[in-house]
This record gives sequence, C-alpha cells and structure tokens, in this order.
Amino acid sequence: MSKIESITLRDSLSVSLTVGAYGVAFGAASVANGFSVLQSCLLSLLTFSGASQFAVVGVIGAGGGAISAIATASLLGIRNGLYGVIMAPRLKVKGFKRVVAAQITIDESTGVALGAEKRNEAAMRQGFWLTGFGVFFFWNLFTLAGALGAQAMGDARAWGLDSAVPAAFLGLLWPRLEKNSDRALAVASIFFAIAMTPLLPAGLPIIATAFIAIAVGLRR
Amino acid sequence: MNVFWIATIGTSVIAFILKFTGHSIPQHWLDNPRLQRVNALIPIALLSALVAVQTFTSESKVMIDHRLAGVSVAVLALILKAPFPVVVISAALTSAAIYNWL
Repeated sequence: MSKIESITLRDSLSVSLTVGAYGVAFGAASVANGFSVLQSCLLSLLTFSGASQFAVVGVIGAGGGAISAIATASLLGIRNGLYGVIMAPRLKVKGFKRVVAAQITIDESTGVALGAEKRNEAAMRQGFWLTGFGVFFFWNLFTLAGALGAQAMGDARAWGLDSAVPAAFLGLLWPRLEKNSDRALAVASIFFAIAMTPLLPAGLPIIATAFIAIAVGLRR
Repeated sequence: MNVFWIATIGTSVIAFILKFTGHSIPQHWLDNPRLQRVNALIPIALLSALVAVQTFTSESKVMIDHRLAGVSVAVLALILKAPFPVVVISAALTSAAIYNWL
C-alpha cells in the first residue's frame, strides 16, 4: 500500500468511530429483544450490516418467526450486493482478498471509497479498506459493550431500550426521506404495517411492505 | 436450535452470499434503472414498517404507550438535526421516565 493521504485517513477514522459507536445501540437492542450476548456479537461479526442486524432483532422482538426475520434482513442486505458490483472492478482482488473485501462491503466503506475516487485511485482503495476494517473493529467492539450493558440493566423497558430500538430505525430511515414520494411511501408503510398487525402473523406485516416498494418502484 | 440461533446464522449466511455475489457478477447485469429504483425504495418501506411495529404494537395488538413518547422525541431530535446517538438516547430517556414514573 502506498503512502496514505491524511485526508483519507481522517475520513476513514471519523466514519469508523461514529458508525462503530452505533454498535452500542445494536448490542443493547439485540439483548433487549431476547438475543444472547454471543448471538449479538456473532451477528455483528458475520452479518456485519447495521440495518439488516437491527431488522432481524426487530422482527424477532416483535414476535416474528425466523423466516420473516431472515427475509426482512436479507432484503435490506441486497444493497451491499449492489455495492459489491460497483466496487469489484475498482478493487480488482481475487481469492481470499475478495472474500474479505465482500465482508466489509457496506454503506460506509463504499461511500468513503467513492468519495476519495475524485482524488486518485490509490486513495479510493485505501478509503475502502481503512473504512471497512475500521468500522468492523469499532462496530464489533461497541456491540459487545452494548450487549453486556443491556444484560446488566435487566428490564429493558425501565431503561427505555424498547423506544431506543424504533428510534434507531428512525435514525436509519430519516436520511433516505429526501423526496416527497419517499415520504409518502414511508407513511403508507407505517399505516399498512400497523393495520396488518392484528391480522397477519408477526413479522409478515413488515416484510409485506417490501411489495409496496416494489410496486411503486416498477410503476414510476 | 431455537429461533434466535436460526435467525442469527441464517441472516449471516445470506448477508455474506449477497455481498460476495455482488463482487462476482458483471456490472452491466444491474444497469436496469427500475431495478435500482426498487432497491432504493425497499429500505424505506421496511424501515418505516419496523418503526411502526416497534412503536405501536405488542404481541399482535396495537397499543399506545410510553414508546410513542420516546419515538416522538426522536422525531423532534431528527427535525433539529441532532446526531444519531442523541436521537437514540433522548428517546430512551423519555420513554424510561414515563415508564417508571407514570
């Protein structure tokens, strides 16, 4: 690896620390929804995709089954695959390196890499690897801290953790609501999910809203 | 194996398959703009539904309780452009206060 520019290092580190710190919220949410500390840590190590991880513990926490939890989390993970399509021709790695690159292909590593691409190709690659490894390190460290913390707290409701989980989802959702049509889809999904909750088995009202998104996306 | 283990392992396996598949297929396969639009909309729908279900329901019943107060404060924090940790913590504090003292 050639010399790392300080601006690449700064971008990667600040993103890694900020995003990694969300791991506390995930670890706490995971334990509050009935997952063990070990399962919470494995999700962060192996799934390593914030929205998918929150989704799987959210659906199980709402009483949903494993299949709807996995399906919801996987739909949210599709975008990592698209990032892979964008990053593969830029990184040009094979074998074990490609496996590692795939695992750390997430919003942040792709974002920093594409942002650094304007400067030069080396900065783009360094941005990807530094941010990917940085987020991986801090996300897992903070997941453990959050999971142990929540386990020590006991009753999740008395500490407000049952509200921290939807608040975290809202924080992930908010930056995506730029257009009015996106806001309309969000409101429709909220009402649909609430209306369907007494009618459908737990977990299905959530995954069913994906079909609203597909219908809207294909029509426009 | 209980539901928690199945969910943990299943989610992890599929998450990696999705990532690795992306690194292994040609870019032009996914140039369809409709496909890309759907991909941008799915997270909006799912995350909105998760907010709704986690705020307003409990065991297949719709209910309004301390969680609505917490999430309302989160909305306010987001409107005021607060950073993520402030959003989550202010929601938790509000919710906990109402749960413990009302």
